[in-house]
Amino acid sequence: MTDLNILFAGFGGQGVLFSGKVIAYAGMMEGKEISWLPSYGPEMRGGTANCSVCISDNKIGSPLVTNPDILVAMNLPSLDKFVNEVVPGGTIILDSTLIEKKVERDDVNVIYLPASKLAEDAGVKGAANMVIVGRLWRETKFCSEENLDKGLLKSIPPKKIDLLDKNRKMIKTGIES
Amino acid sequence: MGEKVLMKGNEAIAEAAIAAGCRHFFGYPITPQTEVAAYMSKRMPKIGGVYLQGESEVASINMVLGAAASGVRAMTSTSSPGISLMSEGISYIAGSDVPCLIVNVQRGGPGLGGIQPSQSDYNQATKASGHGDFHMIVFAPSTVQETVDLISDAFDLGDKYRVPTMVLSDGMLGQMMEPVVLPEPKDPNNDCKEWAACGHKDKRKHNVINSLNTDPPTLERLNFERFERYAKIIENEQRAEEYLCDDADIIIVAFGASSRVSRSAIDKARKEGIKVGMVRPITLWPFPEKFIKKYADSAKRFLTVEMNMGQMVNDVKLAIECKKPVSFYGRTGGMIPTTKEVYEQIVKLNGGEQ
Amino acid sequence: MKVMGEKPKALTDAPFHYCPGCTHGIVHRLVAEVIDELGIEGKTVGVASVGCSVYSYNYFACDMVQAPHGRAPAVATGVKRARPDNVVFTYQGDGDLAAIGAGETVHAAARGENIVAIFINNAIYGMTGGQMAPTTLPGQVTQTTPYGRDVKVAGNPIRVCEMLSSLDGVALAQRVTVDCVKNVKAAKKAIKKAFEYQLAGKGYCIIEVVSTCPTNWGMAPTDALQWLRDNMLPYYPLGVYKDIGEAKE
Repeated sequence: MTDLNILFAGFGGQGVLFSGKVIAYAGMMEGKEISWLPSYGPEMRGGTANCSVCISDNKIGSPLVTNPDILVAMNLPSLDKFVNEVVPGGTIILDSTLIEKKVERDDVNVIYLPASKLAEDAGVKGAANMVIVGRLWRETKFCSEENLDKGLLKSIPPKKIDLLDKNRKMIKTGIES
Repeated sequence: MGEKVLMKGNEAIAEAAIAAGCRHFFGYPITPQTEVAAYMSKRMPKIGGVYLQGESEVASINMVLGAAASGVRAMTSTSSPGISLMSEGISYIAGSDVPCLIVNVQRGGPGLGGIQPSQSDYNQATKASGHGDFHMIVFAPSTVQETVDLISDAFDLGDKYRVPTMVLSDGMLGQMMEPVVLPEPKDPNNDCKEWAACGHKDKRKHNVINSLNTDPPTLERLNFERFERYAKIIENEQRAEEYLCDDADIIIVAFGASSRVSRSAIDKARKEGIKVGMVRPITLWPFPEKFIKKYADSAKRFLTVEMNMGQMVNDVKLAIECKKPVSFYGRTGGMIPTTKEVYEQIVKLNGGEQ
Repeated sequence: MKVMGEKPKALTDAPFHYCPGCTHGIVHRLVAEVIDELGIEGKTVGVASVGCSVYSYNYFACDMVQAPHGRAPAVATGVKRARPDNVVFTYQGDGDLAAIGAGETVHAAARGENIVAIFINNAIYGMTGGQMAPTTLPGQVTQTTPYGRDVKVAGNPIRVCEMLSSLDGVALAQRVTVDCVKNVKAAKKAIKKAFEYQLAGKGYCIIEVVSTCPTNWGMAPTDALQWLRDNMLPYYPLGVYKDIGEAKE
């Protein structure tokens, strides 16, 4: 792997920015060059939110991902908006609990992951983002599993450290999904 | 050197300023720079520093003037419309020969404009940050790490030349996170400087921090003296990064966020065998003409890539004395050019189009 | 030979540029006497404003900073926050303090900045040659109210001490004048109290000095003093509008 450009997209409140942060930190722990760029402004407060994460062996140029290698779509508007921007041969991970639509492209790898349902079944409602992080890692292996865990640890603010185990569990669920 | 941490550009600005010994921050909330102020409000009370939210940008820059006039490291940060409000104070600060740091995390304009990233304050920062004959040293970082490094340099050069300095960031650099290593923190040196207004302690004549002089010959002399200092700055402080310029037919000139996009486009074009390189200004004032001029003969053409309507084009033309054509590609209003767009410009120019 | 009187040490040797009969000179002297009596010249930083008193930085012997028009309270805030052990005062006219700098004044007062504001209210712009001030009286003729100030058009004057006295950050708001020996003495007492309050860390103190501008009022100095008594003082009554006394440290 030399370059991995990921776009996370969904509603504000789904943990889109946080997922990106975990991945970015994990990449950093692996010794890669990384960047994390959020959308900001009014869309952060309830509208659609997205963030670009670049992981590379080389210095990162534009941190804005317009043609992702991997698109994570956590709602339908995000899928519709970005589905045709994914590079041929790229991957789309979508939360099939929230998105019923099928992707019509045949030049991309689509993973229909019922992330919200998996999280809810495990009793951690609202942690679909971490299930997706787990699956994204399994698909790409951009870092060691140990560094993924370190990335999670770094991303959780000290005040919320009690949520660590739940997040770990959900990432594991994603890996095993 | 400390540990590598992932930090938002805006928070890195604040932490870097603290590491540089700054303990006096005055500001007013405005998107997309607000994290700088929020971070300062959290940190300053814990390290014996001053964070004060002014009632406006106008008040905030004058608080900076007061604190800096008393000889301490002081700063403010704002976004584009805030700089317009501060321009009065910036002019007085320059006219009073008081060093301080002003950060502009640019957003789209004019007017209230938008809140998305922009570089449309280039002319304001480099040419007219207020009324009268004056300049600021203006730094344009392109990564979060470079932002950290330049904050410290901005304070040091401000003190060295007794001029206000600016770090010109933008909404993208301010909001994004990248790994950074913070420098070893310096102790704040709040000793009274010999020129500052901090009480003469009955040991010297009074110091007056002032920009008023109603005697034209004297005011002219003071301006001449200030411009002698500026000449030294132009001679000694130009900075730029050169990227794949030696054999380049096309030289892109781009700073900050747009230089990152340009770098990606250059890498892509190089793979296609197109000889393209970049001079990335790190100081916008003084403009790094020495670095650009070097390629006036070897390159066939120049291209500026900016997030504005081409504010830097004329500076490039002057630097190369109009020896080669200078094209422009830019987006504005908060739009960020994509790698693909810049690449297409390179291909077009390589084919001989203007 | 016996010395009967001396210039205060806190004034430089520079001769005042003020017009004959202008009360700026008296107020400068009072501030300087207070600085001398308190022995604080070495740690005092004054902030000069824009207006006739712009050159006060040449007259006060303490360190001085010259502020943009109206911004003296913000500049003083910066100095005081950076150097809390210094004594910081502003010296502002009515245009500077109550028009262009009204925002800075109100917020410095509301924050309870531990500074002293010496406020010269002479109901007119002196430096620019006699235009309407925020404190110009109703009906008063100035260069820009040639038919007299019509409050329906130009709005009403601002009574600064009354306005600021409602703010919690204000420790002392007092209006004085310097038209006669008795009032000069009272003015000095008020100014001294303001500086003492700052030394005790009590907060924002403003001493408003109702003053004359014989030149721009178009009167002889003694007539100007009488006009002040007849017209200014009824609209701007002397007195203490707020004094937290010993209440707050």
